[in-house]
Order: sequence, then structure tokens, then C-alpha cells
Amino acid sequence: MAPPKPTKAATRRSPTTTKAERADGAASRSVALVPVPKPDEVGELADPRRSDVDEWGRSEHMRGIARQIYGPLYRSWHRVEWEGLDKIPAEGGALLVSNHAGAIPADAPAIMHGIETELGRSVYGLADEIFKQLPVVGTMWSRVGGVLAHPDNAYRLLREQQQLALVFPEGTKGTGKTYGERYQLRRFGRGGFVQIAMRAGVPVIPIAVVGAEEAMPILWKSPQLAKLLGLPYFPITANMVAFGPLGLLHLPAKIRIRVLDPVHFDVEPDQPRYSRSRIMDESEQIRQQIQEALYDMLRMRQSVWFG
Amino acid sequence: MGKRVLVTGLATFWGGRVAQALEADPTVDVIVGLDRYEPTVELERTEYVRSDESYSILARIVKAARIDTIVHTFLAVDSTQMSSRTIHEINVIGTMNLFAAASAPGSTVRNVVVKSSTLVYGASAKDPVWFSEETRRAEPPRSMVERSLLEVEGYVRDFAVDNPHVTVAMLRFSNVLGPDITTSLAKALELPVVPSLFGFDPRFQFVHEIDVVRAILYVLQGRVQGIYNVAGDGLLPWSEVAAICGKRTIPLPPIGMGLLSAPLGRLGLELPPELLALLRHGRGVDNRRLKQAGFEYRFTSAGTVVDFVEALRIRRTVGETTPGYQYERDVEQFFRHSPAVIREGD
Repeated sequence: MAPPKPTKAATRRSPTTTKAERADGAASRSVALVPVPKPDEVGELADPRRSDVDEWGRSEHMRGIARQIYGPLYRSWHRVEWEGLDKIPAEGGALLVSNHAGAIPADAPAIMHGIETELGRSVYGLADEIFKQLPVVGTMWSRVGGVLAHPDNAYRLLREQQQLALVFPEGTKGTGKTYGERYQLRRFGRGGFVQIAMRAGVPVIPIAVVGAEEAMPILWKSPQLAKLLGLPYFPITANMVAFGPLGLLHLPAKIRIRVLDPVHFDVEPDQPRYSRSRIMDESEQIRQQIQEALYDMLRMRQSVWFG
Repeated sequence: MGKRVLVTGLATFWGGRVAQALEADPTVDVIVGLDRYEPTVELERTEYVRSDESYSILARIVKAARIDTIVHTFLAVDSTQMSSRTIHEINVIGTMNLFAAASAPGSTVRNVVVKSSTLVYGASAKDPVWFSEETRRAEPPRSMVERSLLEVEGYVRDFAVDNPHVTVAMLRFSNVLGPDITTSLAKALELPVVPSLFGFDPRFQFVHEIDVVRAILYVLQGRVQGIYNVAGDGLLPWSEVAAICGKRTIPLPPIGMGLLSAPLGRLGLELPPELLALLRHGRGVDNRRLKQAGFEYRFTSAGTVVDFVEALRIRRTVGETTPGYQYERDVEQFFRHSPAVIREGD
């Protein structure tokens, strides 16, 4: 069934029926039910909202609170430093792609907070559905700017709303790495992020983050507990060993973030599919660039805590 | 020659409303309404046929009355109202018979409108914020209502493919609220405290009952073809829906509700599995395709909730504002067919 062409509707009546009109009795109600497309006469529909939660589930009020709590951590605890922040465009959509690490990753809030405070642009963090399944956490995550990583969501954000979206193609394979495997990038999914950037006609901006691995290193993983709780992994972190119940706090590792050159794909947007080999090539190249940047940054790093 | 319309489910809220609206349309010559129960609203010229939706009767009605337009509103979407067996009979078997009758050799049917539901998208953690008409559901259906609606849509698609000369429109309606309709969601909002799931505040979308009827009439009159989501603009967190209704939410445990729902149902808190899934994950559907086809909504999601709660308040204060209607067969027959009655247009 193909999308249609409208023909004209039958009756003529102002499209703004009021409650009084509805109460006038059966006959007039029936006529009033018939719509009339007269765009010039239509006013704004009344939309009596009570909260500031938008279509993505974000609330500016909650984001303000989150910024106040996280701001000091960003400045004094992790002392986040940026390189090449000017490579992130001041307007237009772009897909930010970064490495991902730490049992509870410290990289996502650092990147989102940094771009929002220093560039004044919102970043939508695309995340796995595991976030949405957790009570409280899932709701909080969407209130502060998290969105489920679904191709439809990414397309709407990037193409229709020209926003910045942040994605970690390694997913839980990245955050579930143990300390011994730090800074070794995992597989970049199936290259879905390249495909969505192509469809949306936006560049991919690779980002390399150093420090998140040491903020909450995983010493050991319990496959039994993970299975029992339905989680992708159940980590025993250095933080838990050191602080017990305070193990949810990050260690004060210095976080450095380097923005790499944007990757533009010269392809027509809005195609139903793109060459699989091209997608895998681009995905592999971006992964390679981030991996090399990480090695480069690690070569320069003198101390985990002071950078 | 005007349209000759068959409306299924005349005794249901939608069938009655659509028939009322069609009666006001001068291009409609004949309205035949089908149901097992008597109409619940006052109708002037609709012919009521008491019948179940068995194939032989449907085929005879379609042929005898030269039906050219079918409005299929008789689809059960609320599993608290009937057993899953009845839902299967109504939705799957009824639809199958209806479309079999409509595609019989020599059928005069040229226009079909089906009232489906956004329940076909399900509700899960893997859902996008907005479902478009093409988005596939993330998880297989678990409840009978959803399974049966998916089967119904399958029959509609098959019919549309096999009968390219027929204009078929399938409308998927979001959560309906309004002054008059009763749904399990409306009942939940009428409780002194509104149930929610602890730690979840999903976003809901609503469509006003008036916009539902208007949408059905719009696609009918414009001969619009295709699948359309019908839902008001905007998504509201469940807590905000409760706030608009002036109520608090009471958090229920997020796990084990499957076991709790039966005893809670006895206490008057009906939580069908579809509503529980919504209270956890919510659902949004993209309504832009129908707008592009020229339809204009009268209510946003928030506006729908406000109109619902205003009607609720007045009902609570002064009782029902419209008098009840009782179908009297002999009286209706007299007004429609007795030579003693002088009818306009004769």
C-alpha cells in the first residue's frame, strides 16, 4: 500500500471546534467531525504541557542539576583537557565516535559535558538498551540526554534535527575489558555508525579518550553473576576493592580527549542501503585512526593521575 | 450515486460514532451497521443488522446491499474486556470473513478503512522514540491482542495486494482518550492514585476520540490509501499525565507484576500486559505521514489529556451530561420504514 494523494474533503467548517460546538447536539457534532484542510486558517493547537521533558526524554531542569553535580568532577577530579575541540562543527549534524572504557564509563559524561559547556552545543549520547531496562538509572539517563542507539533515533537526530550525537561502536565489549586489555580497541560493531552517518549525510568525528580506562579498571569479571542478573558483564573493579561500597566512584585519573579530523563520506544521503565493503572499510579506518591516536597519547602520558 | 457503507461493530463506541458522522454526510446513501449487540447511540438512518461476522452472512449483505465501502472498526484492543479466545474470534476470524466476503467474485467493494492500533508496534526497551509506519517491532508479540492485531494486518495486506482496484487504508491509533470513551488506560487515570512502575517514567502519546473519528472519515472521503499512524503531537512522561489529572502516582514493583496483576484486577486495578509494557517503556509513533496526506489534528497529546480530565471532573460533579440511549427495535423500524412517517427527501 503506497502513500497516497489526498483529494478534497467534503464539508466546509472551521477546523477549530470548541467544546461548546461539541455540546450542541448530534447533528452539528457529526458535521464538525469532518475535517477541512485549510492551512491558512489553522492556528496553533493548544499544547498544555506541565513538564519540560522533550521528545527525547530530556529535561533542561534535570540537565541543569546534573551539570552542577558533574561540573566540579569534570574540572577538579578528572581535570579534563581537550585537544582539537575546534574540529567539532558549531552547527549542523555530526556523529561523534569514541573509544569506550571503564566498568561505569567515565568517557561519555566527560565528552558530553565538555562539548556542552565549552561549545554550547547539546550532545545526545546514544546508548545500548540495557540503560532503558534499569529502573531509575534508565529514566535519569534519558532525562540528562541519553537516547537509545536505534537507527531511526540516530537518523532523526542527525538528519532532521542536525544535532550532535555521540556513539561508542565498541558498546559493552569496550567497557567490559579487563585492566590488562586497556586501550586495545574492540571490534567496531558491524559498522552501523558509518551507515547511519552516510544515510544522514553527516560527517563522523573520531574522538580518542585517555584516562577513562584507569578511572574504573576491571580486575575480574564474574560470568555467573552477570548471567544471573541479566547484565552484559559483572565486574569486580579496583574501586570496589579499594573503597568497598564507595566503589561506584571513579578514581581521579586525568582524562585527555583528542578530537581527530572529521571523516566525510562522498555518498548520496537517504539511500536504502550502502556498499557493505565500503562501510566496513570506513569503519575499520576510523577504528585504526582512534587506535593510533590512543597510542600516540599514551606515549606522551607521564602519569595516569597527572597526565 | 452515493456511497453504500458497511460499518462493523455498530454497538461499539467507534462503530456508533462513525455511523453518526456518516449520517451527516450527504454523499453517503446507505449505511448498514453490523453487530451482535444493539446500537448504543442514537442513529437516524443507519440500518442495523444483528449478526455475528460469519462469512455467509457478510457475503450476502455485501452482495445484497451493493456495499462499496467498508469501515472495519470492530477490532478488540483491550484485553481486560474479554477472554483471549473472544479476542481471537472477533479480530482474526471476523476480519478474515469480512475480507473474504469483500473479495468474493463480482464484489462491489472499492474502498476499505480498517481501524488498527499502535499496539502492533509493541513496547520494549529496544524501541525507537518514534515508530514510523515501516519500523518493525523490536520484539515478538507476547499478548493475545497484539498477536491477533498482527494477524489482522496480515489479512488486510493480503486483501490490498490481491485487490489492487480497491482503495485500502489502515489506520493505527495510539492510546485513545476523550470525554466519552472508556479504556483501561482511562480507568487507570480515574483511580484516586495513578499506578506506575517504580523507577520508570515512560513517555506516552495520546489521540483524542474526536480525532480518531475525524481521521476515519478523512481517509474515507479523500479515498486515501496506505498505512497511517494516528496520534497526537508530543510525548508526555507518565508522571506529567498524572499531574495534568491532578493526581499522584503510586509506584508498583517493577518486577513480578505478571503475578500481581490478577489479584490487583480483583481490587479494581486492571493492568493488562499491554498497559504494563507501556508503563515500563512507553511508545511514540510518527504522525507526520497522515499530516502530509492533509489531515489536521484538533488535539495534541497534552491537549487530549486535559480534555479527558475536564470531562471527568464534570461527570464526577453532575453525573452523565448526555441521557442514556436504549435501542428499541420496533421504534427504529417504524421511523425508518413505516409509510406513516414523512421523511425528508421523499
